[in-house]
Amino acid sequence: MSTASLSLPATRSNSFARTLRIFLTEARYEFVRLLRTRGFSLSIIGFPVIFYLFFGLIMNRGEHIGSVSVAKYMLAGYAVFGMAGAALFGIGGGLASELSTGWLELKRASPMPPFAYLVAKCCSAAAFGLVIVSLLTLLGITIAHISITLPEYVRMMALTLVGTIPFACLGMAIALLVPFNATPGVINMIYLPMSFCGGLWIPIMMLPHVLQKFALLLPTYHLSQLVLASFGYASAGSAMSHWFGLLGFTLVMLGVAAIAYRRLEQNS
Amino acid sequence: MSAVLDPVQASSYTASSTAVASLSHITKRYANGVLALDDLSLTLYRGQIVALLGPNGAGKSTAVRLMMGLSAPTSGAVRVFDADPRHTATRLRTGVMLQVGKAPEMLRVREHLNIFRGYYPNPLPYADIARAAGLDGIESRMFGQLSGGQKQRVLFALALAGDPDLVFLDEPTVGLDIEARRGMWAQIRSLAARGKTVLLTTHYLEEADALAHRIIVINKGRVICEGTPAEVKSLGAASTGASTSRTLKIIRCVTDLSTAALLAIPGVTTAEHAGDHVTINSTQPERTLRELLALDQNLHSLEVASPALEDAFLALTTNA
Repeated sequence: MSTASLSLPATRSNSFARTLRIFLTEARYEFVRLLRTRGFSLSIIGFPVIFYLFFGLIMNRGEHIGSVSVAKYMLAGYAVFGMAGAALFGIGGGLASELSTGWLELKRASPMPPFAYLVAKCCSAAAFGLVIVSLLTLLGITIAHISITLPEYVRMMALTLVGTIPFACLGMAIALLVPFNATPGVINMIYLPMSFCGGLWIPIMMLPHVLQKFALLLPTYHLSQLVLASFGYASAGSAMSHWFGLLGFTLVMLGVAAIAYRRLEQNS
Repeated sequence: MSAVLDPVQASSYTASSTAVASLSHITKRYANGVLALDDLSLTLYRGQIVALLGPNGAGKSTAVRLMMGLSAPTSGAVRVFDADPRHTATRLRTGVMLQVGKAPEMLRVREHLNIFRGYYPNPLPYADIARAAGLDGIESRMFGQLSGGQKQRVLFALALAGDPDLVFLDEPTVGLDIEARRGMWAQIRSLAARGKTVLLTTHYLEEADALAHRIIVINKGRVICEGTPAEVKSLGAASTGASTSRTLKIIRCVTDLSTAALLAIPGVTTAEHAGDHVTINSTQPERTLRELLALDQNLHSLEVASPALEDAFLALTTNA
Protein backbone atom coordinates (compact mmCIF):
# COMPACT_ATOMS: atom_id res chain seq x y z
CA MET A 1 0.00 0.00 0.00
CA SER A 2 2.57 2.51 1.09
CA THR A 3 4.97 1.49 -1.68
CA ALA A 4 2.24 1.90 -4.24
CA SER A 5 1.37 5.38 -3.10
CA LEU A 6 5.05 6.27 -3.02
CA SER A 7 5.99 4.87 -6.40
CA LEU A 8 3.12 6.40 -8.32
CA PRO A 9 4.30 10.01 -8.18
CA ALA A 10 7.82 8.79 -8.81
CA THR A 11 6.87 7.09 -12.08
CA ARG A 12 4.81 10.08 -13.06
CA SER A 13 7.68 12.49 -12.60
CA ASN A 14 9.93 10.03 -14.43
CA SER A 15 7.63 9.97 -17.39
CA PHE A 16 7.37 13.75 -17.26
CA ALA A 17 11.15 14.03 -17.34
CA ARG A 18 11.29 11.58 -20.24
CA THR A 19 8.62 13.50 -22.16
CA LEU A 20 10.50 16.72 -21.61
CA ARG A 21 13.68 15.06 -22.80
CA ILE A 22 11.91 13.84 -25.95
CA PHE A 23 10.75 17.41 -26.69
CA LEU A 24 14.26 18.77 -26.19
CA THR A 25 15.92 16.04 -28.26
CA GLU A 26 13.44 16.49 -31.11
CA ALA A 27 13.95 20.24 -31.12
CA ARG A 28 17.73 20.01 -30.93
CA TYR A 29 18.04 17.56 -33.81
CA GLU A 30 15.50 19.42 -35.92
CA PHE A 31 17.65 22.53 -35.56
CA VAL A 32 20.84 20.59 -36.31
CA ARG A 33 19.21 19.01 -39.34
CA LEU A 34 18.09 22.38 -40.73
CA LEU A 35 21.50 23.90 -40.07
CA ARG A 36 23.23 21.04 -41.92
CA THR A 37 20.82 21.32 -44.83
CA ARG A 38 22.81 24.01 -46.57
CA GLY A 39 20.16 24.64 -49.18
CA PHE A 40 17.89 25.73 -46.36
CA SER A 41 20.17 27.44 -43.90
CA LEU A 42 22.16 29.50 -46.42
CA SER A 43 19.15 30.81 -48.31
CA ILE A 44 16.94 31.34 -45.29
CA ILE A 45 19.63 33.41 -43.55
CA GLY A 46 21.17 34.80 -46.74
CA PHE A 47 18.13 36.37 -48.38
CA PRO A 48 17.02 38.71 -45.60
CA VAL A 49 20.64 39.65 -44.91
CA ILE A 50 21.37 40.51 -48.54
CA PHE A 51 18.05 42.30 -49.02
CA TYR A 52 18.55 44.38 -45.89
CA LEU A 53 22.12 45.13 -46.92
CA PHE A 54 21.06 46.41 -50.35
CA PHE A 55 17.70 48.04 -49.77
CA GLY A 56 17.93 48.97 -46.12
CA LEU A 57 21.56 49.94 -45.70
CA ILE A 58 23.41 50.68 -48.95
CA MET A 59 20.61 52.51 -50.75
CA ASN A 60 19.57 54.53 -47.71
CA ARG A 61 22.89 55.11 -46.05
CA GLY A 62 22.55 57.73 -43.34
CA GLU A 63 19.12 58.78 -44.60
CA HIS A 64 16.67 60.22 -42.13
CA ILE A 65 13.08 61.15 -42.66
CA GLY A 66 12.37 63.58 -39.88
CA SER A 67 13.76 61.95 -36.78
CA VAL A 68 13.37 58.47 -38.22
CA SER A 69 16.46 56.59 -39.33
CA VAL A 70 15.53 54.75 -42.53
CA ALA A 71 17.94 51.91 -41.76
CA LYS A 72 16.31 51.28 -38.41
CA TYR A 73 12.83 51.62 -39.86
CA MET A 74 13.70 49.05 -42.52
CA LEU A 75 15.16 46.74 -39.89
CA ALA A 76 11.64 46.11 -38.58
CA GLY A 77 10.43 45.06 -42.02
CA TYR A 78 13.37 42.84 -42.89
CA ALA A 79 13.35 41.22 -39.44
CA VAL A 80 9.76 40.14 -40.03
CA PHE A 81 10.68 39.10 -43.59
CA GLY A 82 13.46 36.90 -42.20
CA MET A 83 11.52 35.22 -39.42
CA ALA A 84 8.54 34.60 -41.70
CA GLY A 85 10.79 32.87 -44.23
CA ALA A 86 12.38 30.67 -41.57
CA ALA A 87 8.97 29.62 -40.24
CA LEU A 88 7.31 29.10 -43.63
CA PHE A 89 10.12 27.11 -45.21
CA GLY A 90 11.33 25.39 -42.07
CA ILE A 91 7.93 24.04 -41.12
CA GLY A 92 6.09 24.02 -44.44
CA GLY A 93 8.98 22.56 -46.40
CA GLY A 94 10.01 20.05 -43.75
CA LEU A 95 6.50 18.84 -43.00
CA ALA A 96 5.61 18.49 -46.69
CA SER A 97 8.68 16.40 -47.38
CA GLU A 98 8.30 14.18 -44.31
CA LEU A 99 4.63 13.72 -45.10
CA SER A 100 5.34 12.61 -48.67
CA THR A 101 8.16 10.22 -47.83
CA GLY A 102 6.28 8.41 -45.07
CA TRP A 103 8.67 9.55 -42.36
CA LEU A 104 5.85 11.25 -40.48
CA GLU A 105 3.93 7.93 -40.52
CA LEU A 106 6.84 6.20 -38.86
CA LYS A 107 7.04 8.95 -36.25
CA ARG A 108 3.31 8.70 -35.62
CA ALA A 109 3.55 4.93 -35.17
CA SER A 110 6.31 5.45 -32.60
CA PRO A 111 5.61 6.42 -28.99
CA MET A 112 6.79 9.98 -29.64
CA PRO A 113 4.19 12.48 -28.36
CA PRO A 114 2.77 13.92 -31.62
CA PHE A 115 3.00 17.43 -30.21
CA ALA A 116 6.78 17.04 -29.82
CA TYR A 117 7.10 16.90 -33.59
CA LEU A 118 5.34 20.23 -34.13
CA VAL A 119 6.94 21.95 -31.16
CA ALA A 120 10.37 20.86 -32.38
CA LYS A 121 9.74 22.31 -35.82
CA CYS A 122 8.35 25.52 -34.34
CA CYS A 123 11.26 25.97 -31.95
CA SER A 124 13.85 25.40 -34.65
CA ALA A 125 12.18 27.93 -36.90
CA ALA A 126 12.10 30.40 -34.00
CA ALA A 127 15.79 29.75 -33.36
CA PHE A 128 16.56 30.54 -37.00
CA GLY A 129 14.41 33.64 -36.64
CA LEU A 130 16.49 34.78 -33.65
CA VAL A 131 19.73 34.23 -35.57
CA ILE A 132 18.44 36.14 -38.61
CA VAL A 133 17.08 39.09 -36.63
CA SER A 134 20.29 39.29 -34.57
CA LEU A 135 22.40 39.30 -37.73
CA LEU A 136 20.27 42.06 -39.26
CA THR A 137 20.56 44.10 -36.06
CA LEU A 138 24.33 43.63 -36.06
CA LEU A 139 24.53 44.80 -39.68
CA GLY A 140 22.39 47.83 -38.90
CA ILE A 141 24.58 48.78 -35.97
CA THR A 142 27.93 48.26 -37.70
CA ILE A 143 27.10 49.65 -41.15
CA ALA A 144 24.42 52.27 -40.60
CA HIS A 145 25.28 53.03 -36.96
CA ILE A 146 21.67 52.74 -35.95
CA SER A 147 21.09 52.91 -32.24
CA ILE A 148 19.26 50.02 -30.69
CA THR A 149 18.82 49.94 -26.95
CA LEU A 150 18.96 46.66 -25.09
CA PRO A 151 15.22 46.75 -24.21
CA GLU A 152 14.43 47.36 -27.88
CA TYR A 153 16.54 44.37 -28.87
CA VAL A 154 14.96 42.14 -26.22
CA ARG A 155 11.46 43.19 -27.30
CA MET A 156 12.36 42.41 -30.90
CA MET A 157 13.61 38.94 -29.86
CA ALA A 158 10.40 38.30 -27.95
CA LEU A 159 8.33 39.39 -30.94
CA THR A 160 10.38 37.03 -33.11
CA LEU A 161 9.57 34.09 -30.84
CA VAL A 162 5.86 34.87 -30.75
CA GLY A 163 5.74 36.01 -34.37
CA THR A 164 7.02 32.64 -35.59
CA ILE A 165 3.76 30.99 -34.56
CA PRO A 166 1.34 32.48 -37.13
CA PHE A 167 3.78 31.79 -39.96
CA ALA A 168 4.40 28.29 -38.64
CA CYS A 169 0.67 27.64 -38.78
CA LEU A 170 0.49 29.02 -42.32
CA GLY A 171 3.40 26.77 -43.34
CA MET A 172 1.70 23.79 -41.77
CA ALA A 173 -1.56 24.50 -43.59
CA ILE A 174 0.24 24.81 -46.93
CA ALA A 175 2.17 21.56 -46.36
CA LEU A 176 -1.04 19.69 -45.60
CA LEU A 177 -2.98 21.14 -48.52
CA VAL A 178 -0.51 21.28 -51.37
CA PRO A 179 1.24 18.33 -53.07
CA PHE A 180 4.83 17.98 -51.94
CA ASN A 181 6.44 19.00 -55.24
CA ALA A 182 4.46 22.21 -55.38
CA THR A 183 5.13 23.27 -51.79
CA PRO A 184 8.22 25.52 -52.26
CA GLY A 185 6.56 27.27 -55.19
CA VAL A 186 3.31 27.85 -53.35
CA ILE A 187 5.13 29.08 -50.26
CA ASN A 188 7.03 31.63 -52.36
CA MET A 189 3.82 32.69 -54.10
CA ILE A 190 2.36 33.54 -50.72
CA TYR A 191 5.48 34.65 -48.87
CA LEU A 192 6.76 37.27 -51.30
CA PRO A 193 3.45 39.05 -52.06
CA MET A 194 2.60 38.86 -48.36
CA SER A 195 5.89 40.57 -47.55
CA PHE A 196 5.32 43.34 -50.07
CA CYS A 197 1.67 43.91 -49.22
CA GLY A 198 2.38 43.81 -45.49
CA GLY A 199 4.70 46.77 -45.88
CA LEU A 200 7.94 44.94 -45.13
CA TRP A 201 9.84 46.39 -48.10
CA ILE A 202 8.04 49.67 -48.64
CA PRO A 203 6.43 51.45 -45.68
CA ILE A 204 2.74 50.62 -45.50
CA MET A 205 1.60 54.24 -45.82
CA MET A 206 3.33 54.51 -49.20
CA LEU A 207 1.27 51.64 -50.59
CA PRO A 208 -2.02 52.24 -52.47
CA HIS A 209 -5.09 52.56 -50.30
CA VAL A 210 -6.54 49.22 -51.40
CA LEU A 211 -3.40 47.42 -50.35
CA GLN A 212 -3.41 49.18 -46.99
CA LYS A 213 -6.87 47.73 -46.38
CA PHE A 214 -5.82 44.31 -47.63
CA ALA A 215 -2.81 44.39 -45.28
CA LEU A 216 -5.17 44.09 -42.31
CA LEU A 217 -5.50 40.39 -43.22
CA LEU A 218 -1.76 39.79 -43.23
CA PRO A 219 0.38 38.71 -40.27
CA THR A 220 3.36 40.42 -41.90
CA TYR A 221 1.61 43.76 -41.52
CA HIS A 222 0.55 43.28 -37.90
CA LEU A 223 3.91 41.92 -36.78
CA SER A 224 5.96 44.63 -38.50
CA GLN A 225 3.73 47.34 -37.00
CA LEU A 226 4.34 45.83 -33.56
CA VAL A 227 8.12 45.88 -34.11
CA LEU A 228 7.95 49.47 -35.35
CA ALA A 229 5.92 50.45 -32.32
CA SER A 230 8.50 48.81 -30.06
CA PHE A 231 11.11 51.06 -31.72
CA GLY A 232 8.94 54.02 -30.82
CA TYR A 233 8.00 54.75 -34.43
CA ALA A 234 4.55 55.80 -35.44
CA SER A 235 2.65 52.74 -36.52
CA ALA A 236 -0.76 52.23 -38.05
CA GLY A 237 -3.45 50.84 -35.77
CA SER A 238 -3.33 50.07 -32.07
CA ALA A 239 -1.14 47.38 -30.53
CA MET A 240 -4.26 45.56 -29.42
CA SER A 241 -5.62 45.43 -32.97
CA HIS A 242 -2.32 43.93 -34.16
CA TRP A 243 -2.34 41.23 -31.51
CA PHE A 244 -5.91 40.37 -32.44
CA GLY A 245 -4.92 40.33 -36.09
CA LEU A 246 -2.11 37.84 -35.39
CA LEU A 247 -4.33 35.71 -33.18
CA GLY A 248 -7.13 35.65 -35.73
CA PHE A 249 -4.78 34.69 -38.54
CA THR A 250 -3.25 31.94 -36.39
CA LEU A 251 -6.63 30.46 -35.50
CA VAL A 252 -7.81 30.50 -39.11
CA MET A 253 -4.62 28.73 -40.22
CA LEU A 254 -4.93 26.17 -37.44
CA GLY A 255 -8.49 25.49 -38.53
CA VAL A 256 -7.46 25.08 -42.16
CA ALA A 257 -4.61 22.77 -41.09
CA ALA A 258 -6.93 20.70 -38.91
CA ILE A 259 -9.43 20.24 -41.74
CA ALA A 260 -6.67 19.36 -44.20
CA TYR A 261 -5.18 16.88 -41.74
CA ARG A 262 -8.52 15.18 -41.17
CA ARG A 263 -9.01 14.91 -44.90
CA LEU A 264 -5.58 13.31 -45.29
CA GLU A 265 -6.28 10.90 -42.46
CA GLN A 266 -9.60 9.79 -43.88
CA ASN A 267 -7.94 8.86 -47.12
CA SER A 268 -5.16 6.90 -45.51
CA MET B 1 12.72 -24.67 -56.93
CA SER B 2 11.19 -24.56 -53.53
CA ALA B 3 12.74 -24.34 -50.13
CA VAL B 4 11.40 -27.19 -48.09
CA LEU B 5 10.40 -26.27 -44.58
CA ASP B 6 13.56 -25.76 -42.60
CA PRO B 7 13.62 -28.61 -40.05
CA VAL B 8 15.39 -26.47 -37.43
CA GLN B 9 12.76 -23.84 -37.75
CA ALA B 10 9.98 -26.39 -37.65
CA SER B 11 11.23 -27.93 -34.43
CA SER B 12 11.85 -24.61 -32.69
CA TYR B 13 8.36 -23.48 -33.45
CA THR B 14 6.26 -23.96 -30.38
CA ALA B 15 2.62 -23.15 -30.65
CA SER B 16 1.60 -20.44 -28.27
CA SER B 17 -1.95 -19.50 -27.53
CA THR B 18 -1.33 -16.05 -26.10
CA ALA B 19 -2.94 -13.60 -28.49
CA VAL B 20 -0.84 -10.48 -28.84
CA ALA B 21 -2.80 -8.58 -31.43
CA SER B 22 -6.02 -9.15 -33.27
CA LEU B 23 -8.23 -7.72 -35.94
CA SER B 24 -11.81 -8.92 -35.60
CA HIS B 25 -14.40 -8.50 -38.32
CA ILE B 26 -12.70 -5.45 -39.69
CA THR B 27 -14.23 -3.52 -42.52
CA LYS B 28 -12.35 -0.55 -43.82
CA ARG B 29 -13.81 1.71 -46.43
CA TYR B 30 -11.86 4.78 -47.44
CA ALA B 31 -13.45 8.16 -47.97
CA ASN B 32 -13.12 7.68 -51.74
CA GLY B 33 -15.35 4.60 -51.49
CA VAL B 34 -12.66 1.95 -51.93
CA LEU B 35 -13.35 -1.09 -49.78
CA ALA B 36 -9.90 -2.11 -48.54
CA LEU B 37 -10.84 -4.71 -45.95
CA ASP B 38 -14.00 -6.77 -45.98
CA ASP B 39 -14.85 -8.52 -42.70
CA LEU B 40 -11.23 -9.49 -42.11
CA SER B 41 -10.17 -11.24 -38.92
CA LEU B 42 -6.72 -12.33 -37.92
CA THR B 43 -4.80 -12.94 -34.72
CA LEU B 44 -1.10 -12.79 -33.91
CA TYR B 45 0.24 -15.10 -31.21
CA ARG B 46 3.19 -14.59 -28.94
CA GLY B 47 6.54 -15.75 -30.28
CA GLN B 48 5.29 -16.28 -33.81
CA ILE B 49 6.54 -14.89 -37.05
CA VAL B 50 3.54 -14.27 -39.25
CA ALA B 51 3.85 -13.35 -42.90
CA LEU B 52 1.05 -11.42 -44.50
CA LEU B 53 0.96 -12.17 -48.21
CA GLY B 54 -1.21 -10.84 -50.95
CA PRO B 55 -1.02 -9.17 -54.34
CA ASN B 56 -0.71 -5.41 -54.59
CA GLY B 57 -3.88 -3.73 -53.38
CA ALA B 58 -5.01 -6.80 -51.42
CA GLY B 59 -5.27 -4.82 -48.20
CA LYS B 60 -2.00 -5.88 -46.54
CA SER B 61 -0.81 -2.44 -45.68
CA THR B 62 -4.27 -1.32 -44.59
CA ALA B 63 -4.37 -4.24 -42.15
CA VAL B 64 -0.91 -3.43 -40.81
CA ARG B 65 -1.67 0.28 -40.51
CA LEU B 66 -4.75 -0.54 -38.45
CA MET B 67 -2.65 -2.57 -36.05
CA MET B 68 -0.11 0.23 -35.84
CA GLY B 69 -2.93 2.57 -34.87
CA LEU B 70 -2.31 4.78 -37.89
CA SER B 71 -5.85 4.52 -39.13
CA ALA B 72 -9.21 3.54 -37.72
CA PRO B 73 -11.51 0.81 -39.04
CA THR B 74 -14.94 1.59 -40.47
CA SER B 75 -16.27 -1.25 -38.33
CA GLY B 76 -14.76 -4.03 -36.24
CA ALA B 77 -12.27 -4.07 -33.41
CA VAL B 78 -8.48 -3.70 -33.34
CA ARG B 79 -6.75 -4.86 -30.19
CA VAL B 80 -3.02 -4.83 -29.51
CA PHE B 81 -1.91 -6.12 -26.11
CA ASP B 82 -5.57 -6.03 -25.26
CA ALA B 83 -5.67 -2.28 -25.67
CA ASP B 84 -6.18 0.40 -28.28
CA PRO B 85 -3.18 0.47 -30.64
CA ARG B 86 -3.25 4.28 -30.56
CA HIS B 87 -2.45 4.46 -26.86
CA THR B 88 1.09 5.42 -25.99
CA ALA B 89 1.29 2.46 -23.61
CA THR B 90 0.64 0.17 -26.57
CA ARG B 91 3.09 1.98 -28.80
CA LEU B 92 5.79 1.60 -26.17
CA ARG B 93 5.58 -2.16 -26.71
CA THR B 94 5.60 -2.14 -30.50
CA GLY B 95 8.33 -1.48 -33.02
CA VAL B 96 7.60 -0.41 -36.55
CA MET B 97 9.52 -0.62 -39.78
CA LEU B 98 7.72 1.07 -42.65
CA GLN B 99 8.53 1.60 -46.28
CA VAL B 100 9.98 5.06 -45.90
CA GLY B 101 11.09 6.87 -49.01
CA LYS B 102 13.50 9.03 -47.10
CA ALA B 103 14.38 9.64 -43.47
CA PRO B 104 15.75 13.08 -42.66
CA GLU B 105 18.96 12.95 -44.66
CA MET B 106 21.11 15.34 -42.71
CA LEU B 107 21.11 13.37 -39.48
CA ARG B 108 23.68 10.71 -38.71
CA VAL B 109 22.72 7.08 -38.28
CA ARG B 110 23.73 7.26 -34.62
CA GLU B 111 21.57 10.34 -34.06
CA HIS B 112 18.53 8.75 -35.66
CA LEU B 113 18.92 5.70 -33.49
CA ASN B 114 19.35 7.67 -30.29
CA ILE B 115 16.32 9.84 -31.02
CA PHE B 116 14.20 6.71 -31.28
CA ARG B 117 15.78 5.08 -28.25
CA GLY B 118 14.78 8.19 -26.31
CA TYR B 119 11.08 7.48 -26.94
CA TYR B 120 11.17 4.39 -24.75
CA PRO B 121 11.72 4.09 -21.00
CA ASN B 122 13.82 0.93 -21.38
CA PRO B 123 15.44 0.96 -24.79
CA LEU B 124 17.87 -1.69 -26.00
CA PRO B 125 21.50 -0.71 -25.46
CA TYR B 126 22.80 1.22 -28.44
CA ALA B 127 25.58 -1.28 -29.18
CA ASP B 128 23.16 -4.21 -29.24
CA ILE B 129 20.92 -2.56 -31.81
CA ALA B 130 23.83 -1.48 -33.98
CA ARG B 131 25.19 -5.02 -33.94
CA ALA B 132 21.83 -6.65 -34.61
CA ALA B 133 21.07 -4.38 -37.55
CA GLY B 134 24.61 -4.51 -38.92
CA LEU B 135 25.34 -0.80 -38.64
CA ASP B 136 29.05 -1.13 -37.89
CA GLY B 137 31.05 1.35 -39.91
CA ILE B 138 28.12 3.49 -41.02
CA GLU B 139 27.07 4.90 -37.66
CA SER B 140 28.65 8.31 -38.25
CA ARG B 141 27.33 8.70 -41.77
CA MET B 142 24.46 10.95 -42.69
CA PHE B 143 21.33 9.03 -43.60
CA GLY B 144 21.34 10.67 -47.02
CA GLN B 145 24.75 9.17 -47.84
CA LEU B 146 23.68 5.57 -47.31
CA SER B 147 22.96 2.98 -49.98
CA GLY B 148 19.47 1.54 -50.28
CA GLY B 149 20.34 -1.56 -48.31
CA GLN B 150 22.04 0.44 -45.55
CA LYS B 151 18.99 2.69 -45.22
CA GLN B 152 16.84 -0.39 -44.90
CA ARG B 153 19.06 -1.66 -42.06
CA VAL B 154 18.82 1.66 -40.23
CA LEU B 155 15.03 1.53 -40.44
CA PHE B 156 15.17 -2.01 -39.07
CA ALA B 157 17.32 -0.73 -36.21
CA LEU B 158 14.71 1.95 -35.43
CA ALA B 159 12.07 -0.78 -35.11
CA LEU B 160 14.25 -2.58 -32.57
CA ALA B 161 15.12 0.55 -30.56
CA GLY B 162 12.58 0.09 -27.80
CA ASP B 163 13.08 -3.66 -27.34
CA PRO B 164 9.45 -4.12 -28.42
CA ASP B 165 7.33 -7.22 -27.82
CA LEU B 166 5.58 -6.86 -31.16
CA VAL B 167 7.41 -5.84 -34.31
CA PHE B 168 5.77 -4.81 -37.58
CA LEU B 169 8.05 -5.17 -40.56
CA ASP B 170 6.77 -3.84 -43.86
CA GLU B 171 8.88 -5.43 -46.60
CA PRO B 172 12.00 -5.43 -44.46
CA THR B 173 14.49 -6.84 -46.95
CA VAL B 174 13.70 -4.76 -50.03
CA GLY B 175 16.95 -3.67 -51.62
CA LEU B 176 19.18 -5.90 -49.51
CA ASP B 177 21.79 -8.15 -51.06
CA ILE B 178 21.62 -11.87 -50.33
CA GLU B 179 24.05 -11.77 -47.44
CA ALA B 180 22.34 -8.84 -45.72
CA ARG B 181 18.98 -10.46 -46.28
CA ARG B 182 20.10 -13.67 -44.59
CA GLY B 183 21.51 -11.59 -41.76
CA MET B 184 18.20 -9.86 -41.23
CA TRP B 185 16.37 -13.18 -41.36
CA ALA B 186 18.60 -14.45 -38.58
CA GLN B 187 17.76 -11.35 -36.53
CA ILE B 188 14.04 -11.79 -37.12
CA ARG B 189 14.27 -15.44 -36.07
CA SER B 190 16.13 -14.51 -32.91
CA LEU B 191 13.40 -11.99 -32.07
CA ALA B 192 10.83 -14.78 -32.20
CA ALA B 193 13.12 -17.06 -30.22
CA ARG B 194 13.10 -14.44 -27.44
CA GLY B 195 9.30 -14.56 -27.37
CA LYS B 196 8.72 -11.51 -29.54
CA THR B 197 5.95 -11.49 -32.10
CA VAL B 198 6.73 -10.44 -35.65
CA LEU B 199 4.29 -9.49 -38.37
CA LEU B 200 5.92 -9.11 -41.72
CA THR B 201 4.62 -8.24 -45.12
CA THR B 202 6.75 -9.22 -48.04
CA HIS B 203 6.75 -9.66 -51.76
CA TYR B 204 9.48 -12.29 -51.56
CA LEU B 205 7.64 -15.55 -51.16
CA GLU B 206 10.84 -17.42 -50.35
CA GLU B 207 11.21 -15.04 -47.43
CA ALA B 208 7.79 -15.96 -46.07
CA ASP B 209 8.60 -19.60 -46.71
CA ALA B 210 11.91 -19.46 -44.88
CA LEU B 211 10.86 -17.27 -41.97
CA ALA B 212 7.23 -17.54 -41.13
CA HIS B 213 5.64 -19.91 -38.67
CA ARG B 214 2.34 -18.94 -40.12
CA ILE B 215 1.34 -17.40 -43.42
CA ILE B 216 -1.85 -15.45 -43.93
CA VAL B 217 -2.80 -14.91 -47.55
CA ILE B 218 -5.22 -12.09 -48.18
CA ASN B 219 -6.80 -10.87 -51.35
CA LYS B 220 -9.47 -8.26 -52.01
CA GLY B 221 -9.63 -7.48 -48.33
CA ARG B 222 -10.37 -11.00 -47.13
CA VAL B 223 -8.30 -13.79 -45.65
CA ILE B 224 -8.07 -16.51 -48.29
CA CYS B 225 -6.08 -18.99 -46.33
CA GLU B 226 -3.93 -19.28 -43.29
CA GLY B 227 -1.50 -21.90 -42.03
CA THR B 228 2.10 -23.05 -41.92
CA PRO B 229 4.03 -22.58 -45.16
CA ALA B 230 3.58 -26.28 -45.88
CA GLU B 231 -0.16 -26.08 -45.33
CA VAL B 232 -0.51 -23.02 -47.54
CA LYS B 233 1.43 -24.74 -50.31
CA SER B 234 -0.77 -27.81 -50.18
CA LEU B 235 -3.90 -25.68 -50.12
CA GLY B 236 -2.64 -23.91 -53.21
CA ALA B 237 -1.94 -27.23 -54.85
CA ALA B 238 -5.39 -28.46 -53.87
CA SER B 239 -6.99 -25.49 -55.54
CA THR B 240 -5.19 -26.33 -58.81
CA GLY B 241 -6.94 -29.68 -58.90
CA ALA B 242 -4.54 -32.06 -57.20
CA SER B 243 -6.51 -33.96 -54.61
CA THR B 244 -3.89 -35.68 -52.45
CA SER B 245 -1.82 -32.59 -52.35
CA ARG B 246 0.82 -33.75 -49.89
CA THR B 247 2.37 -35.92 -52.55
CA LEU B 248 2.03 -33.48 -55.42
CA LYS B 249 5.28 -33.10 -57.35
CA ILE B 250 6.22 -31.13 -60.37
CA ILE B 251 8.13 -33.09 -62.98
CA ARG B 252 10.05 -31.37 -65.76
CA CYS B 253 11.78 -33.12 -68.61
CA VAL B 254 12.36 -33.20 -72.35
CA THR B 255 10.34 -35.96 -73.98
CA ASP B 256 8.84 -36.89 -77.35
CA LEU B 257 5.55 -38.00 -75.78
CA SER B 258 2.45 -36.01 -76.70
CA THR B 259 0.33 -34.19 -74.18
CA ALA B 260 -2.44 -36.73 -74.57
CA ALA B 261 -0.04 -39.60 -73.91
CA LEU B 262 1.28 -37.85 -70.83
CA LEU B 263 -2.19 -37.23 -69.41
CA ALA B 264 -2.93 -40.94 -69.78
CA ILE B 265 -0.13 -41.82 -67.36
CA PRO B 266 -1.44 -42.62 -63.84
CA GLY B 267 -1.17 -39.75 -61.39
CA VAL B 268 -0.73 -36.99 -63.98
CA THR B 269 -3.12 -34.10 -63.44
CA THR B 270 -1.72 -31.60 -65.89
CA ALA B 271 0.91 -31.60 -68.63
CA GLU B 272 2.11 -28.49 -70.40
CA HIS B 273 4.62 -28.17 -73.20
CA ALA B 274 6.87 -25.13 -73.32
CA GLY B 275 9.45 -25.39 -76.08
CA ASP B 276 11.21 -28.73 -75.71
CA HIS B 277 10.35 -28.97 -72.05
CA VAL B 278 7.21 -30.38 -70.58
CA THR B 279 5.92 -29.65 -67.07
CA ILE B 280 3.83 -32.35 -65.45
CA ASN B 281 1.92 -32.19 -62.16
CA SER B 282 1.54 -35.58 -60.59
CA THR B 283 -0.16 -36.76 -57.45
CA GLN B 284 1.61 -40.16 -57.64
CA PRO B 285 5.07 -39.06 -58.65
CA GLU B 286 6.85 -42.42 -58.23
CA ARG B 287 4.33 -44.27 -60.36
CA THR B 288 4.26 -41.51 -62.94
CA LEU B 289 8.04 -41.51 -63.21
CA ARG B 290 8.32 -45.30 -63.63
CA GLU B 291 5.77 -45.20 -66.43
CA LEU B 292 7.26 -42.11 -68.02
CA LEU B 293 10.78 -43.55 -68.15
CA ALA B 294 9.46 -46.84 -69.54
CA LEU B 295 7.50 -45.09 -72.31
CA ASP B 296 10.28 -42.79 -73.49
CA GLN B 297 13.83 -44.22 -73.50
CA ASN B 298 15.20 -40.91 -74.81
CA LEU B 299 13.74 -38.80 -72.02
CA HIS B 300 16.36 -36.44 -70.53
CA SER B 301 16.88 -33.28 -68.42
CA LEU B 302 14.65 -34.72 -65.72
CA GLU B 303 13.80 -32.60 -62.66
CA VAL B 304 11.41 -33.32 -59.86
CA ALA B 305 10.35 -30.60 -57.43
CA SER B 306 7.82 -29.84 -54.77
CA PRO B 307 5.35 -27.11 -55.51
CA ALA B 308 6.67 -23.73 -54.40
CA LEU B 309 4.86 -21.24 -52.26
CA GLU B 310 4.88 -19.08 -55.33
CA ASP B 311 2.68 -21.55 -57.20
CA ALA B 312 0.34 -21.89 -54.26
CA PHE B 313 0.17 -18.12 -53.94
CA LEU B 314 -0.68 -17.64 -57.59
CA ALA B 315 -3.25 -20.40 -57.49
CA LEU B 316 -4.88 -19.01 -54.37
CA THR B 317 -4.97 -15.38 -55.36
CA THR B 318 -6.05 -15.85 -58.97
CA ASN B 319 -8.83 -18.29 -58.07
CA ALA B 320 -10.22 -15.99 -55.46
